[in-house]
Amino acid sequence: MHESYLPRDDDHPPFLYADYRSTVKRSPEMSPVAIVQTLSEVTGPGPAVSELTTEDADLTTNAGTGGEAIGERIIVTGRVIDENEEPVPDTIIEVWQANSAGRYIHQRDDHPAPLDPNFIGVGITKTGPDGEYRFTSIRPGAYPWKNHPNAWRPPHIHFSLMGPALATRLITQMYFPGDPLHALDPIFNSVPAPARERLVAEYDHDVTIENWALGYRWDIVLRGKSATPFEEVAP
Amino acid sequence: MTARGQTPSQTVGPFFHDGLVREGENVLSRPDAEGRIRIEGVVLDGDRNPIEDALIEIWQANGHGRYRHPSDVRDVPLVDGFTGFGRTPTDPATGGYWFETVKPGPVPDAEGEMQAPHISVIVSARGMLKHSFTRIYFADDDAIASDPVLATVPEARRSTLLATPAAGGSVRTYRFDIRFGGSDETVFFDV
Repeated sequence: MHESYLPRDDDHPPFLYADYRSTVKRSPEMSPVAIVQTLSEVTGPGPAVSELTTEDADLTTNAGTGGEAIGERIIVTGRVIDENEEPVPDTIIEVWQANSAGRYIHQRDDHPAPLDPNFIGVGITKTGPDGEYRFTSIRPGAYPWKNHPNAWRPPHIHFSLMGPALATRLITQMYFPGDPLHALDPIFNSVPAPARERLVAEYDHDVTIENWALGYRWDIVLRGKSATPFEEVAP
Repeated sequence: MTARGQTPSQTVGPFFHDGLVREGENVLSRPDAEGRIRIEGVVLDGDRNPIEDALIEIWQANGHGRYRHPSDVRDVPLVDGFTGFGRTPTDPATGGYWFETVKPGPVPDAEGEMQAPHISVIVSARGMLKHSFTRIYFADDDAIASDPVLATVPEARRSTLLATPAAGGSVRTYRFDIRFGGSDETVFFDV
């Protein structure tokens, strides 16, 4: 018997999506070669990296200045599970985001919006035994980009997950509910329509903390193990 | 049908460095490690311009051929301090990257047949809505002739998966470029 993971399904965006112009020269042209997963694909860096990682999940204070980030304080929480609804415990989640004015601290971000000295926009946490995770942050701002005339990215938080295996690696973005920019954003719309809503967190008043922060819930679903592992059948 | 649909991938974008890159993560092995190697190359787009904002991640077995992972239960030794994971952004001017690591030992495939030593690679970048998987093999290793995964790759394209010996300093150096598009496109795998 050999374990394996279910394929990356068709709900992911294609490599080439011309409305997002940068994909045109950065996409594989030839079909990928199918691989029968080996130990190299069913193992992965997740567990080893988790052991070495210290959590840093409060983006409102982790600039280390003693001051607090400016913006609408938010809690983002949810569960990391796989497509078989099994929890994915003890896995690393790395996040990065723009500040409340829509500006990253990145030196290549030339959007003329103010930086916030008390906000670096990065965090890291590990899922708990039931796959649960939680960050505290501020709601990121929208920002313009050069993809097409008057292009704006909707507010989003970047998420990077290792999961248990090389095959479960996921880099994605979480969006906020009810945003009119979603319909105009080629990166969001690169995802086949039925799956787009999976990228949108829901407002959850039970997560909201009175007099403190608004709550959002977002579950992340990674590739699951193949349901019927091969077993020897007696003749 | 599974119970829940997978969360779709989205591009890593151009601004991942502060969130994902930590100093020294492209050096996997200690300076005194046996079998130390350096792998260097560039990442190129369909016009063969450098992709200067890519993220390269590698995953490999240690020099004995053991993965630091609970699914690798074989009786092969782990090496203290060696995780097998590396990560680096490409150079913002040249699209270049490098890792210092050890040459991995061989690991079996799903049928128990030994694979040639190889390193798994994940490539992400602005303009890539999902990451690509490839593998680094070693051109000067005789085991590539019988590798079961390489055997599934059209023969004319296999060379794109081979790191080739290159001039270097004190560490044995290999060159491995990653090309998107074109007739000499790197082989990517559907993992």
